Amino acid sequence: MAKKLLIGNAAVAQGAWEAGVRLVSSYPGTPSTEITEAMVQYEDVYVEWAPNEKVACEVAIGGAIGGGRAMTCCKHVGLNVMADPVFTASYTGVNGGLVIAVADDPGMHSSQNEQDSRHYARAAKLCMLEPANSQECKDYTKLAFDLSEQFDVPVLLRLSTRVSHSQSLVEMEGRTEVELKPYEKNIGKYVMMPANAIRRHVVVEDRQRKLREYAETCDLNTVEDNGSSIGVITAGISYMYAKEALGNRVNYLKLGMAYPLPEKKIRDFVKGLDKVYVVEELDPFIEEHCKVMGIDVTGKEAFTLLGEYTPDMIKKAVFNEDAAAFAAVEEQIPVRPPVMCAGCPHRGTFYVLKKLGLTVSGDIGCYTLGAVAPLQSVDTTICMGASVSAALGMAKVRGQEFNKKLVSVIGDSTFIHSGITGLIDIVYNKGANTVIILDNSITGMTGHQDNPTTGKTIRGEATKQVDLEKLCYAIGVEHVVIADPFDVKNFEKVVKEEVERDEPSVIIAQRPCALLKTVKYTGRCVINDKCRNCKMCMKLGCPAISVKENKVVIDRNQCNGCGLCVNVCPFGAIEKEA
Amino acid sequence: MSTKNIMIVGVGGQGTLLASRILGNAVISQGYDVKVSEVHGMSQRGGSVVTYVKYGEQVYSPIIGKGEADIILAFETLEAYRALPFLKEGGKLIMNIQQMDPMPVITGAAQYPADVVEKLSAKASVTALDALSLAKEAGNPKAVNVVLIGLMARNTDIPYDVWVDTLKATVPPKFLDVNLKAFDLGYNRG
Ligand SMILES: Cc1ncc(C[n+]2csc(CCOP(=O)(O)OP(=O)(O)O)c2C)c(N)n1
Ligand code: SF4
Ligand code: SF4
Repeated sequence: MAKKLLIGNAAVAQGAWEAGVRLVSSYPGTPSTEITEAMVQYEDVYVEWAPNEKVACEVAIGGAIGGGRAMTCCKHVGLNVMADPVFTASYTGVNGGLVIAVADDPGMHSSQNEQDSRHYARAAKLCMLEPANSQECKDYTKLAFDLSEQFDVPVLLRLSTRVSHSQSLVEMEGRTEVELKPYEKNIGKYVMMPANAIRRHVVVEDRQRKLREYAETCDLNTVEDNGSSIGVITAGISYMYAKEALGNRVNYLKLGMAYPLPEKKIRDFVKGLDKVYVVEELDPFIEEHCKVMGIDVTGKEAFTLLGEYTPDMIKKAVFNEDAAAFAAVEEQIPVRPPVMCAGCPHRGTFYVLKKLGLTVSGDIGCYTLGAVAPLQSVDTTICMGASVSAALGMAKVRGQEFNKKLVSVIGDSTFIHSGITGLIDIVYNKGANTVIILDNSITGMTGHQDNPTTGKTIRGEATKQVDLEKLCYAIGVEHVVIADPFDVKNFEKVVKEEVERDEPSVIIAQRPCALLKTVKYTGRCVINDKCRNCKMCMKLGCPAISVKENKVVIDRNQCNGCGLCVNVCPFGAIEKEA
Repeated sequence: MSTKNIMIVGVGGQGTLLASRILGNAVISQGYDVKVSEVHGMSQRGGSVVTYVKYGEQVYSPIIGKGEADIILAFETLEAYRALPFLKEGGKLIMNIQQMDPMPVITGAAQYPADVVEKLSAKASVTALDALSLAKEAGNPKAVNVVLIGLMARNTDIPYDVWVDTLKATVPPKFLDVNLKAFDLGYNRG
């Protein structure tokens, strides 16, 4: 059998394909995005980007009820958005297997919070598996489909950044074609109105009992007895860290099934041990399970609730052994936070908003970086879509004078995801907000996925394109202006006019992401001798423009020739050079 | 053999991801177990990026701790400096002398440290080269990462031919010539 080096996410995709998956519908979100992207290589699978996670999950539920194996993939906060269908799909159960892959992000490499998705498995009464490397990603995905059909339950697959984005070896196998299951109308099972749901809840509790039994006997939960008096109960990537740190000096109980957790297996494991540690990133999920059973374990007293774990910290906590010696750096090194790319279309927008001193209700995407110095224009970022609805709330409590200095900024993908409902609220409830849709023709932040506004499917096929302008008019916004954020003079004028209105308005800031293949800026921006060193261009926060020996310079290697600085310089001192 | 730890650091957009993939594939062709950690998402937008490649008989954790890297391959000078604490005693630091100002330096809130190569050389075994010029010499400034892989390749126990085969398998055919040339330019400085 051929072995291949795959990131965990690609291994999940391979596992789903081998398991005969027919449909995958997802919304992107780091660190889960590459699962769905990798599905594109399998021509025998229907794959799509949905407008948001709730829709994606419902499409997958429909596919599963329709009798095919189906999957949806999201990041941890994506599970919040799809929670509504997930909780009730637990009651209906499935027909074809349904797998929900959710990737947590301990350490928040690319996220707005650090929530632990295992709580959902318990809250929604589901089954959850947790792989620790790419081979397990593939194997557990396949098993997840089987379990889903065997127990009539949607199965969650819990990933984390280090599992999703680490490559390790995977044995590649062929696809098992799974017959489409017959679709039979079954109102009692699939129509969740009270009378039926009451009956289904009984089924759910019975199913959970069976899953708990399964957890006792399945080989997902494995004991590694090294003859030690110290035991470590762990799961997922934490197992790998523990194994590297502690080797064969402790006994392990690795829980491949994150929910339901076994009881007897844990009791048997701890028997005769002097000390038992629970090593798990984020919340004390396994730890509390043990403590409720009355088992004395050491968890968060020794380990943190915050961020990622490392082998070093585990070694220190368990054996009080120090990490390797290392050479220190003696001076303060400047940090290197992420910044908008040279040529980013969002830079023009934030330059103007900052100049006008507006309050900016922000959202999630590349444009969140508008909160970073020197632009520092964004005031708030909560979750996808909140820029629009939160601005309505702000305006309602602070009044129209405040609202005239307030705008929302939201990307095209985020607007479709959940901004549009907020905008409808503004129109319906007589708000007068100004919403700027940052239409860069792509879902940038998560690595350039198409979306309903780009006119292309995930497979790159041409499709209908949502017309943002018409959409805004259709829901009752009467003032919609399309403007180029790089034409800073005009953009400033448009923003000033629109915020003044006593009615809702939308500005569509249209210019494509600089990293798109279709965007070809030619030449480079150079500074000529008209420069008066006024540093106006420095306010753009462009990574190519800096001050060297007290003079403004443009780094040719970093400049992409977008020309925004040419438009900003008041003295005509920046020119485009071929 | 004990696990070998290689850490690749740079600035988002410099091609560190491709470098770690090429290294990972070269290593498996030698029959080792391997783990390669990648970075996707937010930090790719011009932030510091760190990837790890670990290989040996059996590799558990995909990450490398302080004082554990046998080799650090740095695409940018400040990032080389930042990574120093991860270098094992006796490890090698291979670096590009290119300097890219991070935003705090651009805004004047911080200063780019001076004489980094000298400071690093006082503490570790350092090989520094101008990979950008060599990439231009090879025919494409974007081949910086492959020049650096060439330099690093010389410092591993993996034979030259394996690297060439891996490049052939990972790089699109139309860029192969440039990349092979870039690889050689780096390899021959090693
Ligand atoms: C509920 C939820 N799903 C997914 C994400 C991940 N995510 C962050 S920003 C973003 C979309 C960004 O696209 P767009 O709004 O078009 O802005 P751009 O990055 O292109 O500027 C996504 C999918 C998230 N943060 N929250
Ligand atoms: S990827 Fe595109 S939208 Fe995102 S920061 Fe770069 S240029 Fe801007
Ligand atoms: S804005 Fe124009 S004049 Fe002012 S520093 Fe920049 S290039 Fe020089």
